[in-house]
Amino acid sequence: MNTITKPVYDSAANTSPALTEIQELKHYRYLLKQLVRRDIVARYKRSALGVAWTMLNPLGTMLIMTFVFSNLFKSVQSYPVYILSGLIAWNFFAQGTNASMSGLVWGGSLMQRIYLPRTIFGVSAIGTALVNLLLSIIPLLLVMVITQTTIHLTVLFLPISILLLTAFALGFGLLLSALAIFFPDVAEMYQIVLMAWMYLTPVIYPEEIIPAQFMTIYRINPMYWMLKMFRMPVYEGVIPGLQDLWPALAWSVGMLIVGWLFFTSRSDEYAYRV
Amino acid sequence: MLIESKPLLSQKAKLNSEPIITLQDVSVAYRVPKERIGTFKEYAIRTLQRKVQFNKFLALKDVSVTINRGEVFGIIGNNGAGKSTMLKVISRVLRPTEGRVQLFGKIAPLLELGAGFHPELTGRENVYLNGALLGYDQDEMDTVFEEIVEFSELREFIDAPLRTYSSGMYARLGFAVATAHVPEILIVDEILSVGDEAFQRKCNERMQSYQEQGSTVLIVSHGLAKIQDMCNRVLWLDHGQVQMIGDPAEVIEAYRRSNQ
Repeated sequence: MNTITKPVYDSAANTSPALTEIQELKHYRYLLKQLVRRDIVARYKRSALGVAWTMLNPLGTMLIMTFVFSNLFKSVQSYPVYILSGLIAWNFFAQGTNASMSGLVWGGSLMQRIYLPRTIFGVSAIGTALVNLLLSIIPLLLVMVITQTTIHLTVLFLPISILLLTAFALGFGLLLSALAIFFPDVAEMYQIVLMAWMYLTPVIYPEEIIPAQFMTIYRINPMYWMLKMFRMPVYEGVIPGLQDLWPALAWSVGMLIVGWLFFTSRSDEYAYRV
Repeated sequence: MLIESKPLLSQKAKLNSEPIITLQDVSVAYRVPKERIGTFKEYAIRTLQRKVQFNKFLALKDVSVTINRGEVFGIIGNNGAGKSTMLKVISRVLRPTEGRVQLFGKIAPLLELGAGFHPELTGRENVYLNGALLGYDQDEMDTVFEEIVEFSELREFIDAPLRTYSSGMYARLGFAVATAHVPEILIVDEILSVGDEAFQRKCNERMQSYQEQGSTVLIVSHGLAKIQDMCNRVLWLDHGQVQMIGDPAEVIEAYRRSNQ
């Protein structure tokens, strides 16, 4: 055998952690699949209805919200569809980012023992949330049929909406989980932030009730644009125009790049910290 | 940086001079904050006041060693001497603060028993999950699955959730998965008290057979007799520094004397 063989690992070779991480993740894609599978299977293992809960959960929330708010927001046509189309997007974001955070802290004990690509917990958390999101499109369509809402062909735009939101959630989740390792309080703080954020985003109420002077606040809220990407094709039956598309695109690409760079630039430190 | 996932070993002969792990002047410094700072507010205030103070704690100091292909290499030393840190640096868990680590083969760490297992999943599901954590893919796990079931003696229970397993069954499954493929480098951190005596014998036999097939084995242990029995060479670490490397009997003798 050659004596000058190339090492399979060299601690001194670390030119670009952000790019190396992508390669490593590709190499560990089977683990990614296993982690997503574990999260979905293990969660419902003891329940009789199993994965059906993924669909029943937003349905239940939708029923309650409709019961409580549909009188208040009479102006909104087919309120159940309005709320559900926003809610599945919001739930995906909230679940995914939260799971990235707890996943990395949970994975900490593993990261101390074996080498794993550090982003794998964040990516698998978003992957799990993505499966849940895709499953919850079924009750959405069901509700549309039941309430006799027209299903426009524009729903075919949904894959793009999902892609945008996924990139945004992944970037944000990575940023958050890197912070949570250095400051454990972030995890608790985020729950409160998330609640405030939800009320600052038109998830359960219609956009029309927002007073004009507050619209600037909404316009800097990325989730405002993300929700638009879901509501416009599903609920309004229109394809988002450029003026709505570009803020969403800028947020999701920007957040993904910032989150990925920040997370991977710190990734050598996690095993020292957790 | 990608690791070849093929289980190796065509050549049986030990190529004694071919290095598989090299450490050059490796130091690892843990930064230990003098007080724990856990919130933004505290951190911001202290940073402004320049009061975030760290004690630098060197867990490894200028460690240089070359481990050759096919060796059984032991690491001994008192608690806190840096043995585990050294394994972490070698298994890519920690990047050294200074110095350089190079690996010329794939590492299979013996995951601490049951780490990474999920209690709600079945034995079968956990085998695949654990294999994936060790970096194997589906095909590689398919080929060794039967063997894992056989070796761990858990055929009747393989489709039962792991929470119904006893701790001995846990350990057996963990060992079987971690050693299912003939590894280029096997890392053993003080555990081989797996299950009952019969199973322990099986574990030892398996490690021995891997060694005969050319695997490099790295053992950290307090069981000096065992180290002397199994290893070709031994490294004695003390306070993060190499005290001695060499013949097991001599190193262990010197280590024993220093502790008296």
